[in-house]
Amino acid sequence: MSFRKLGLGLAAATMLAGMALPAFAQDSVYVPLFTYRTGPFAGSGTPIADGMHDYLRMLNERDGGIGGVKLVLEECETGYDTKKGVECYEAVKGKNPVVVNPWSTGITLPLIPRASVDKIPILSMAYGLSASARGDIFPWVFNPPATYWDGMSMLIKYIGEKEGGLDKLKGKKIGFLHLDASFGKEPIPLLQELSKELGFEVALYPVAAQDMQNQSSQWLSARRDRPDYMIMWGWGSMNGAAVKEAVRSGYPIDKFYSVWWPGEDDARAGGAGAKGFKMLNWHAVGANFPAIQDIQKHVVDKGLSKAPKDKVGELLYNRGIYNSLLIAEGIAQAQKLTGKKVVTGEDVRRGMENIKLDPARLKALGLEGFTDQLVLSCADHNGHRAAFMQEWDGTKWVKISNPIEPMTDRVKGQLDAAAKDYAEKNAGWPKRSEACDKAS
Amino acid sequence: MIDMLFKVFIEPFLFMVEAPDLLIQTLWEGLVSGVLYALIALGFVLIFKASGVFNFAQGIMVVFAALILVGLYEKGVPAFLALILAALAMLVLAMVVERVVLRPLVNQPDIILFMATFGLTYFLIGFGELIFGGSPREMITDQLFLPQGTTEIDAFGGSIRFQHLDIAAAIIASIMIGLLAVFFSKTRIGRALRAVADSHKAALSVGISLNQIWVIVWFAAGIVALVAGIMWGARSGVSFSLQIIALKALPVLILGGFTSIPGAIIGGLIIGIGEKIGEFYWGPLVGGGVETWLAYVIALLFLLYRPQGLFGEKIIERI
Repeated sequence: MSFRKLGLGLAAATMLAGMALPAFAQDSVYVPLFTYRTGPFAGSGTPIADGMHDYLRMLNERDGGIGGVKLVLEECETGYDTKKGVECYEAVKGKNPVVVNPWSTGITLPLIPRASVDKIPILSMAYGLSASARGDIFPWVFNPPATYWDGMSMLIKYIGEKEGGLDKLKGKKIGFLHLDASFGKEPIPLLQELSKELGFEVALYPVAAQDMQNQSSQWLSARRDRPDYMIMWGWGSMNGAAVKEAVRSGYPIDKFYSVWWPGEDDARAGGAGAKGFKMLNWHAVGANFPAIQDIQKHVVDKGLSKAPKDKVGELLYNRGIYNSLLIAEGIAQAQKLTGKKVVTGEDVRRGMENIKLDPARLKALGLEGFTDQLVLSCADHNGHRAAFMQEWDGTKWVKISNPIEPMTDRVKGQLDAAAKDYAEKNAGWPKRSEACDKAS
Repeated sequence: MIDMLFKVFIEPFLFMVEAPDLLIQTLWEGLVSGVLYALIALGFVLIFKASGVFNFAQGIMVVFAALILVGLYEKGVPAFLALILAALAMLVLAMVVERVVLRPLVNQPDIILFMATFGLTYFLIGFGELIFGGSPREMITDQLFLPQGTTEIDAFGGSIRFQHLDIAAAIIASIMIGLLAVFFSKTRIGRALRAVADSHKAALSVGISLNQIWVIVWFAAGIVALVAGIMWGARSGVSFSLQIIALKALPVLILGGFTSIPGAIIGGLIIGIGEKIGEFYWGPLVGGGVETWLAYVIALLFLLYRPQGLFGEKIIERI
């Protein structure tokens, strides 16, 4: 092939690419979904990926997208691996994504400094850096509806109430079984502060990723330490294995609590002995909502979903729906604020600061009663909403408490200090220059 | 300083004496883990003896075999038929590996074969996820008549819990190890295996079929993987993270030697018991989580005195 032909070929390819790009940019909004359907964390990652995809796909199929603009959905497989997650980010950032969902605290942390530079909002829904709830310091990061620190404070508050008051925790021992990674370590500073303040003892049981299914040592140690309560911060196959080991080791299962990440499969793994296992949650389980029935009609029944039919409505599937609900609301609000149909990452950042998911809005979206209301603002990127406790009855989750508000009085000061500390330690951390909308 | 020395050298032993029930429980847990590590290590040893190759794919073979079993059962195949079909699938895998991976690479440097097993690992991960998906599954424990339940014995002012499944796992793994040890040390195939391990060319020259030996050995490693997958799967579920546990066999191999079946057994027990004892009694001194690396420390300490491993062959190079 001559250089002349090669040159002509390249020129033609460039022209074609140039023609295709504006068509993509003008008619659609690009939403990459970081997922993990493979590897040791696929058990948690797959149903969430299905829920995220199916809700947005339903909007495309039923409504033609959002505000008349189709959503271009593209999954990038991270395998819950930070390196691969950052590679996914680098791969998608040139395609003008309106938001990125890392679905891993480990991936979120290196993306936080990049978000403001690349003008791409990061949505780390109820995970990631707790301190990023401060919108004035982290204008490009959103972690609603509650931080890990909120979650930990809710668990301690609930346990305290079980004991007859927070003061009754004095002298008690609380075991903390956690994945030995950024995610699992995130609430430890707050837990240790609360232990000093309230007088309970903490026993840490880290579980290395390679030992997620080999936890007999941790549960033997728990037998030695005799913690009055166990709190778990697990993910992937760690959760099911922990429930199994708790049952095996004879730990009283009704004293075993978790943050909001186990699913039905994890509880089922413990068999009949898992009855009484408890976890926090903030949204409904089940498919009895008009929006989810639309997913079944427009996506699942048409074979456009990867989810098995019987998994639609399970806890982690609905968690994925909640995540996409936030994305969709961010885009819709951005369209409303800017008057544009095809919005950018900068617009969606503004849109997310104006999210107001009140009961009327949830009803309009076909999700009445699905979750508590959520209002985000320029200053508050989290909402610090209440969660509730649910218990495994042997076959399904049963809600057993009223909303548990986070201990804001104890968490806020530490969260503010952590946010300031982050900005100081990261030299040159930019002061917020993004204007706040009036409504937010 | 004295306080630290006390915590390291005195306190753990005092605690062992004060709470012997917990010591026995820890030893038991270590023993069960150790037997299972030994079983996995045996799969590595068999293939290494036959081909001089460290089979990196042994871990994913554990997952693959267990997923075939559970997957077939979920498709309606009766449990024991699924077990037979899973074993046959491992035979097919052995034949395919011999034909597609090993035969074209005969007499290539060992590192080439090692890298080929890397390729095999990632192929099996992808192929497995394509067929079975990434979600964890429950092992069909009841259907295989594996015992459930617990026997709790009150002793030494406390109690010791024995899971029936663990007892079964230890017995089945021990029988499996014994049978394989006899098969490969007392039979004609075993002698042929040792000949192949010494020299491919010399074995070929005396009429040993290299291809046949490789199929037999990979099939045996596949059966070992299936049994290991059933036992680990019954303990903690079947998922792709089981392949990482299989890498726990590495320190076992360092300790026991890559070519020794007794080494794999003794090494497995030392690592299994050592890591549980270390985590339980000394782990709290450094915030826990020592189990992950302690196995390697134990193996390396042994290597200082026996570089060839406990039962490995001493290599003398003439210069």
